[in-house]
Amino acid sequence: MSNQVIHALYDDDDVLLAAVKDIRAEKHHIEEVYTPFPVHGLDKVLGLADTRISIMAFIYGCIGFCVSIWMMNYIMIEDWPQNIGGKPSFSYLENMPAFVPIMFELTIFFAAHLMVITFYLRSKLWPFKEAENPNPLTTDDKFLVEIEIHNNEEELKTLLEKTGAIEITLTEKKG
Amino acid sequence: MYTFTNKLRNFSIVFMVVGFLGLVYGFLSIPSTVKEAQAMVAEAHLGDEHQQEAAHGADHATDAKQEKTHDASHEDNSHAADPHADDAHGEHLLHQLQNKPWAALYVAAFFFFMISLGVLAFYAIQRAAQAGWSPALYRVMEGITGYLLPGALIVFVILVLSGLHMNHLFIWMDPEVVAHDKLIASKTGFLNVPFFLARALFYIAGWSTYRYFSRKFSLAQDQANDISNHKKNFRISAGFLVFYIVTESMMSWDWIMSIDPHWFSTLFGWYVFASMFVSGITAIALVTIYLKSKGYLEKVNDSHIHDLGKFMFGISVFWTYLWFSQFMLIWYSNIPEEVTYFITRIEDYNLPFFGMLVMNFIFPLLLLMNSDYKRINYFIVMAGIVILLGHYIDIFNMIMPSAVGDQWFIGIPEIGGFLFFFGLFIYVVFKEISKAPLHAKGDPFMGESERFHY
Repeated sequence: MSNQVIHALYDDDDVLLAAVKDIRAEKHHIEEVYTPFPVHGLDKVLGLADTRISIMAFIYGCIGFCVSIWMMNYIMIEDWPQNIGGKPSFSYLENMPAFVPIMFELTIFFAAHLMVITFYLRSKLWPFKEAENPNPLTTDDKFLVEIEIHNNEEELKTLLEKTGAIEITLTEKKG
Repeated sequence: MYTFTNKLRNFSIVFMVVGFLGLVYGFLSIPSTVKEAQAMVAEAHLGDEHQQEAAHGADHATDAKQEKTHDASHEDNSHAADPHADDAHGEHLLHQLQNKPWAALYVAAFFFFMISLGVLAFYAIQRAAQAGWSPALYRVMEGITGYLLPGALIVFVILVLSGLHMNHLFIWMDPEVVAHDKLIASKTGFLNVPFFLARALFYIAGWSTYRYFSRKFSLAQDQANDISNHKKNFRISAGFLVFYIVTESMMSWDWIMSIDPHWFSTLFGWYVFASMFVSGITAIALVTIYLKSKGYLEKVNDSHIHDLGKFMFGISVFWTYLWFSQFMLIWYSNIPEEVTYFITRIEDYNLPFFGMLVMNFIFPLLLLMNSDYKRINYFIVMAGIVILLGHYIDIFNMIMPSAVGDQWFIGIPEIGGFLFFFGLFIYVVFKEISKAPLHAKGDPFMGESERFHY
């Protein structure tokens, strides 16, 4: 099992998209692509499975919605009944319009924050984590494609050159 | 080129005829005296109770009894009052029942007119923003705005008839009422029949002039070698949007809010705008899907439908936001002259008032939330039909409570009015679509629209 990988650097996202298509058409397995910004359509050409974060966003929103109802009911109706706009009715439902902004905000709050946390967990990101990207240029303006090698360096190199890579390096994969 | 098929023509004519008969029935069953009106209401009431008892059975017998005692006490009250008040009450009832077919006609006429005005605004936004995704749909939009002038003129005729005291939709037009009403009397500088009609003509003239020229430039662009027509269209569209947002707002005060001349809301224009915008976008989506199912519009792909679906979803939420903004402030502050508007609706119009929220907000929210569903025609059509019916009820809720009070019913005249204008709308729109090639081939952004891909 070789740990050798080839790194191809690109300087344009359109070139990168076309290159990824060509590399996959030649049946090479792309390990990872590092980009300085999200490239539209890259997930599709890479053949990645659809993200499930939108389903989680919906579920998190529902949780936030329920929490807000429980919270406002406890605070404003049960624990210390409040006189809402001169309508002291001791009923959640009758005072519901006053709580809609809070229900709305907490739905968004839960969906947004839990989604970010989920994204961090899934991407194995935490504070002080060492960066994984092999080339710091990918945080600037370059795009890097990482391909595992199985005794086919020459063939890969010619293919990558043809696709418009500006730099091709052979390295040992860390870890 | 699309050809207006005989089948669709007959279909629309059948709708018009059936709807017309419904409206005629409505107008023929207007009571002419107070006694007749009272008899009609008493009869309807009895029928209601019988139905309720039959439907609910023994379990709900107590409910029915309670209602009966409630009614009885009500009658007692009116009997106890002096006979003069009883007369006034009867007179009021008579006016409400006389208004009923007129209101049914007006709601439907306004609703379908509003769809084409909403489409015109959407179209102008696409033009002014130089949108790249939508040129493939321009001819569909232009077809729907073809209904603007006839639709607006029908509304105008109804307004003229109101001005001639053929009906009591606008109580401020009645000098009797104004004489005894300080609040309305102080508004006569703005709310008087000649100025009201002149304003209406001014709005209609402005909208149709823009529509006429933008259609002309759009067709001329197909044959042109340069993009001067496109540029002209861009300029007039930007100008129109300024004109539109002012006149649309004033139109909504004039044609809807003034039906209830004591009440006012500062965001009413926006609220009506949201309603017409979402109905218009939905109509574009439905007509597009229909034409596509017949094999036209081959350049329109499911990404276009997806975008229309996004707009339907987004503007439905926007509508709800405005509806709630208007509702919550008034509900919270609870000032009698303002809150009466919602009290009438919640007490007498409970089902349409809250049902419309389900149809216009919760249903599209849940159905169109998923990205993939917005690409499936079946979901768009289903959501679209519910949204359109929901916004019909929205207009119904705006007009009926002040026109007919608690005597509302979605019966033969209401359904007839809806069907009549639906048929007319289909007839005019598809006739207009058949007049020009469906593909606006000269548009400089057409290439982008053809390749449009999400």
